[in-house]
Formats: sequence, C-alpha cells, structure tokens
Amino acid sequence: MKEELIVSGRMNHLIDPQLHIWHWHIPLYLFLGGLAAGILFFAALYTILGKEKEYPTAVKIAPFLTPVLLTVGLLALLLDLNHKLYFWRLYTVIRLESPMSWGAWTLMVVTPLSIIWCALNIKAIFPDWNWKYKWIYDLDAFFRKYMKTISWTMLISSLILGVYTGILFSAFNARPLWNTSILGPLFLTSGLSTGAAAIILLSKNPKERHSMARIDLMLIGIELFLIVHMFMGFLASTQVHIDAASLFLGGPYTTPFWLFVVTLGLAVPALLEFLEIKGFKMPVFIAPVLVIFGGLVFRFVIAYAGQASRWLY
Amino acid sequence: MRYAMAVDTKKCVGCSDCVVACQTENNVPIGFCRDWVVEVTDGTYPNLEIEIRSERCNHCDNSPCVRCCPTGASHYAEGGVVLVTPGECIGCGACIASCPYDARYPHPDGYVDKCTFCLHNRVEKGLDPACVSVCPTKCMYFGDLDDPHSPVSKVLKTRKFKTLIPEAGTRPQLYFLI
Repeated sequence: MKEELIVSGRMNHLIDPQLHIWHWHIPLYLFLGGLAAGILFFAALYTILGKEKEYPTAVKIAPFLTPVLLTVGLLALLLDLNHKLYFWRLYTVIRLESPMSWGAWTLMVVTPLSIIWCALNIKAIFPDWNWKYKWIYDLDAFFRKYMKTISWTMLISSLILGVYTGILFSAFNARPLWNTSILGPLFLTSGLSTGAAAIILLSKNPKERHSMARIDLMLIGIELFLIVHMFMGFLASTQVHIDAASLFLGGPYTTPFWLFVVTLGLAVPALLEFLEIKGFKMPVFIAPVLVIFGGLVFRFVIAYAGQASRWLY
Repeated sequence: MRYAMAVDTKKCVGCSDCVVACQTENNVPIGFCRDWVVEVTDGTYPNLEIEIRSERCNHCDNSPCVRCCPTGASHYAEGGVVLVTPGECIGCGACIASCPYDARYPHPDGYVDKCTFCLHNRVEKGLDPACVSVCPTKCMYFGDLDDPHSPVSKVLKTRKFKTLIPEAGTRPQLYFLI
C-alpha cells in the first residue's frame, strides 16, 4: 500500500495543528444576527400585509428583543477582533467582494431600523410612555409617515442579514465544509425559524401562536430538505468535500450535529408543533425553546467543523 | 511586472535556514513563522521517496484573502505581491480562514501577518528576499516572470514544476521544481 507522511515545521498559534482563528464569538453572533433577522422579517412582513391585528406579538412585541440581540452580537464581533481599536476601518470602505464588509454595512442599516421600530411601538410595552420632548414627537410623526418605506427596507435588509450569516462562511473556498452555496439559504431559513420560535414563545394569543407554529413547521421542513441537499452535494463532489461531509458522517461532529441540531433542534420540535396544530394540549414553550437551542448549536457546529475541514496537499 | 518564486525540491535539504533568515530579517514574533519546511514521504518501505519544500505565502493571482478582506488592508502591491497594511487591518481573521495554504497568522500586535517576498525591505533595493539569498544549496529562485532573463523565468523554462492545490483556483505564484 502506498503511504504518505507529511511533516511540517510550521506551528503557528491558532493555525496549527488545526485552524482555530474563530472561537465562540462568530457562531454566537451569527445565531443572534439570524434570530434578529427572523423577528424583524416577520414584523415587517405582517405590517406590509396589513395584519398587525392578527399578529400583535410579531409586529409590536418581539422586535423589542432585536436591538438587544444585535448589540450583544456586535459586542461579540468586536471581542473577536484582534486589532480592536481599528474596528472603524470597516466603515471607511464598501467592498462588495467581501461578505464581511457588506454584512457590516447591512448591520449599520438594520440596527438603527430595529431601534426606530421599537420606538414607534413603545406604547405596546409601556402604555403610558411619554417622550417628553416635542422634537421626538415630530420625529415619531415623520417616521410614521414613511412606515411603508421603513417596512420594506426592514424586510429586505433583514433578509440580507439572514442570508449573509451563511454567505460569510460559504465564501471561503479554503474550508470545503463552508464552501457550499446552500449555506446562505440554510442559515436564512434557520434564522427565520428561530425568529418564528421567539414570537411563539412571547405570544399570548393562541391564534397567532398556531399560525407561527404552522410557518415554523414549514421552515423546519425546508431546513431538513436543505441539509439533505447539502450532504448530497458534498458526497457527489471532490475528495475534500467528501472528507468535509464525513466530519458529520462518523467523524467528530456526528453526535452534536445529528443529535442536537437535527433531532432535538428540528425533528422533535417539528413533531411537537404538528401535534399542537392537530389540537393536542402540551406546554407551548418546549418546541420553540428546542428550535432556538438547535439554531445556536447549528452555528457552533458549522463554525467549528468548518475550521477542521481543509484542502490536503 | 509579476514577482514569483521557484523552489527546487530536488536541491532543498530542509535545513530551515530560510525560516531563520526570514524571522531575523522581518522581526517575526517568537513562536511564529512566515515560511516553513514541509517534508512529504511517499511510498512503501523500503521504496520511499521524499520531497522537501520550503513553503510560504503563494502571492496568488486570484487571492481569496484579498477578496474577503472587509477593509482593503490585504491588497496587491507592486508586481502582484500580496501585502497587509497593519493600520487598516482590524484582525477579523477572515483572510486567515480564507487561505487554503494557511500562510497567514495573527501577529501578537493584533494585525494579520504573512510573507511579503521582502518587497519593501530588500526587493525594492535590488536584493533577493532573505530566504532566497541565505539558502546554502541555492535551491530558490526569485524574480519577475515578465522579464525572460530573471532567474525564476529562466529556471521555469527548463524545469518541470508544479504549484500547490491549483484546483483551489488561487493561481499561486510559488512554483516547486520537481
């Protein structure tokens, strides 16, 4: 049998023996970004469709989470930078070739929008809220005049944010596991699903909960389809892609992926949501909590396994 | 102008002089290296074949690191040399993750560092890169591929060569004579 032994004299910290340049910050940020994108998407969608009354939580309550989610995510991103004091350099150029660049600019649009959205709906949380200053009321009136524009901008920018969390990874051809264009739609679907789950968790309206559970069930179905599709693509591709897939098919990430992401994060909540829609009584929080947990683990598994996948030469 | 380097795997003995010369010339922080030696042993004992390569950044024509850099800190300099401007680098690590050769590393000062082909400190003064000039077996060739009389052009005309993972689409400019 022919054997090959490769000995390298390189031992750079965080690069060798296995790449580990990205720690918990990046997957946490991708999870929070996706979750915020999901919540904002549904808020904008139901406003555009004129269904604020049917979906009060989705439009007026759940968005209050998003400035917090985005701020924590941005903080994690900042902590991840090795040259922190230079972070402002991100906002001196727009580089369309670099997903991180246009992702950073998308956040610059989405984060203020999420804050404006909350300010406009502040009375849903604090009915007696008083802005005190006239100029804030003027601003409030100004934004309300352009509600349609704001909704559409938020709808589109939240979709870009959601898909960007996956494209960030898929743009790296050096890591075969990430280098699949399925990752963009997959992360977007997962983000929308966790967003729907957060709305179910917060909603006190059984009708809204049921509708969101129905949507979440559909999103989980799409996610499962995309995951199968991803593995089909890998296994029909080059050796490095087959090796990347084998990280999940018997390799070190098999258990976290199939047990925590696919079974507990997708299959079980899908079953529970299905039973609930069919009229079975059960604690409503279990399915959405599992979906959100599965989404978080999914980002971590992909971020870590991707760094373990590489070209051989 | 297109700077490139060729390494003769038949002459390289893997002494790591190139590694030490680079670390000295470029003040590479302790524990890190911009170039390194790889030994590949192939075959079944006792019929073994060994290939020794002095590797570094491939200064690719289609660099994924330049493409994914969000600030433009990673850029193409004179002669296609891929450089990082420390004052523009935010240390996000995208370029490190994007390099199929893992040629970059996070400098302890925060920015990302890698081989520069000694562009500013030696090549612009008419000298060879430190690794090339120190090599005791003279197994490395450097120069401009657009100049037919440069050492690298001449040796690539007469010898068989390969590049590392050309299928990654990076169009590497570090050639290995085989």
